[in-house]
Amino acid sequence: METRVKGKLLAFRGDEAVAEAMRQINPDVVAAYPITPQTETVQAFSQFVANGEVDTEFIAVESEHAAMSACIGAAAAGGRAQTATSGPGLALMWEMLWVASGMRLPIVMPVVNRTLSAPINILCDHSDSMGARDAGWLQLYAESMQEAYDNTIQAVRIAEHPRVMLPIMSCLDGFILGHSFEPIEILPDEAVREFVGTYKPGYSLLDVDHPVTYGPIDFHGHFFEHKRQQVDGMESAPEVVLQVGREFGELTGRYYGLTEGYELEDADFVIVALGSVTGTIKTVVDDLRQQGQRVGLLRIRCFRPFPAQEIAQALGNKKAVAVLDRSLSFGAQAHQVYLEVVTALYTHGYAPKVVNYVYGIGGRDTLPHEVEQVYRELAEVDKTGVIQPVVRYLTVRE
Amino acid sequence: MKAKGWKELTTQGALIAEPGNSDTYETGSWRSRRPKFIPEKCSHCFICWVFCPEGSIRVEDEKMVGIDLRYCKGCGICATECPRDAIEMGEEFVAEKGA
Repeated sequence: METRVKGKLLAFRGDEAVAEAMRQINPDVVAAYPITPQTETVQAFSQFVANGEVDTEFIAVESEHAAMSACIGAAAAGGRAQTATSGPGLALMWEMLWVASGMRLPIVMPVVNRTLSAPINILCDHSDSMGARDAGWLQLYAESMQEAYDNTIQAVRIAEHPRVMLPIMSCLDGFILGHSFEPIEILPDEAVREFVGTYKPGYSLLDVDHPVTYGPIDFHGHFFEHKRQQVDGMESAPEVVLQVGREFGELTGRYYGLTEGYELEDADFVIVALGSVTGTIKTVVDDLRQQGQRVGLLRIRCFRPFPAQEIAQALGNKKAVAVLDRSLSFGAQAHQVYLEVVTALYTHGYAPKVVNYVYGIGGRDTLPHEVEQVYRELAEVDKTGVIQPVVRYLTVRE
Repeated sequence: MKAKGWKELTTQGALIAEPGNSDTYETGSWRSRRPKFIPEKCSHCFICWVFCPEGSIRVEDEKMVGIDLRYCKGCGICATECPRDAIEMGEEFVAEKGA
């Protein structure tokens, strides 16, 4: 049976494509505060509200802390709640991020990645979402505008799955994806509405016939058990991410997993990365493959939960691996993605040579010849057997 | 009652689905000072009833009849406010002498 639907190919900015997905999802409540580089998402969505194109209750809040608080209230009331943010906005939500996940509310939030001040900078890196990686939210990272649109739709299904019931960030690189135009296949409205379905919450604060308490005080007696249960929600998520990615593929022809291998299987030298840089890396892989070099890419789409086993098995027998981080973990031995990858390898019994590259901080471009440099250095690591320096800063001037 | 393990929890996110369950939480276990009611001094003015933050003043037939020690936290507000000193606060636990 042919189930695939045909969308319309339209030119969209990434931010607006995300707003378009939100329009099609038609959430009950959107509470958001505009911030560069997410502004166009909220602007476009509020236009949909003003034009009566959605049934959504739009709350123009006074801050991101209030945006997340309003989403929490709406979700506890049994509504489908969404917001979107960037960099400092995500930082201002910090306290409430933990409340949303702790109360197991499946809020969907596109995060248009922006660095954190100081010095003041509005451009892309992953300091914002990587800083929130332990807050109990699932995190998907898009490579393209198309994927940012697709992920926002899938995020609804993943978050609301009864075994997951956790909020989710659908991350896209600010400006690179957020503000650039790309032809995007926009699905028919009814296909999206059918795919996301109707949200049937187990409980609602507004159900006065069945009163419940959300977020009660919870000390040494049960708090630990509730947190362990929350870990279980996260551990149930990979299967759901895969299932939803498969169903989305059957609908659209675009299949999604936890990770994506590109020329990976027979590669000797592999770069591991997430976000838009993987598009550049794929181009470089194609060029180097033409020259007969066995190079490949492992793209991480789902960073939370971290698909450790899949990644360890994919990288275990490689000659040398470079893990790219677009954020700094000050004082750590290396940076966020690297530490996850190396832990996955060690705990699964593998010990390939792995180095860490910090790149693109504060919006610094990463160009094809710089990716080539990484592959060259990986060959050197393999030849000499020396991984020092473990952490390398790509394109930074000495 | 045996405390539940995380796999035995019936709701997610610490949600409480049974309303009115504060009845089963006996806050009297927190008490370090214990009120003693002296009926002879009491005029049944209900000042204690008004001030008690826990609703622990027991009333029967329009008379103050005592204090519900299952919920009394021992704050002593009743003893302070009583115009006739009909409630006295004493130690909940008295250390044994000798040994």
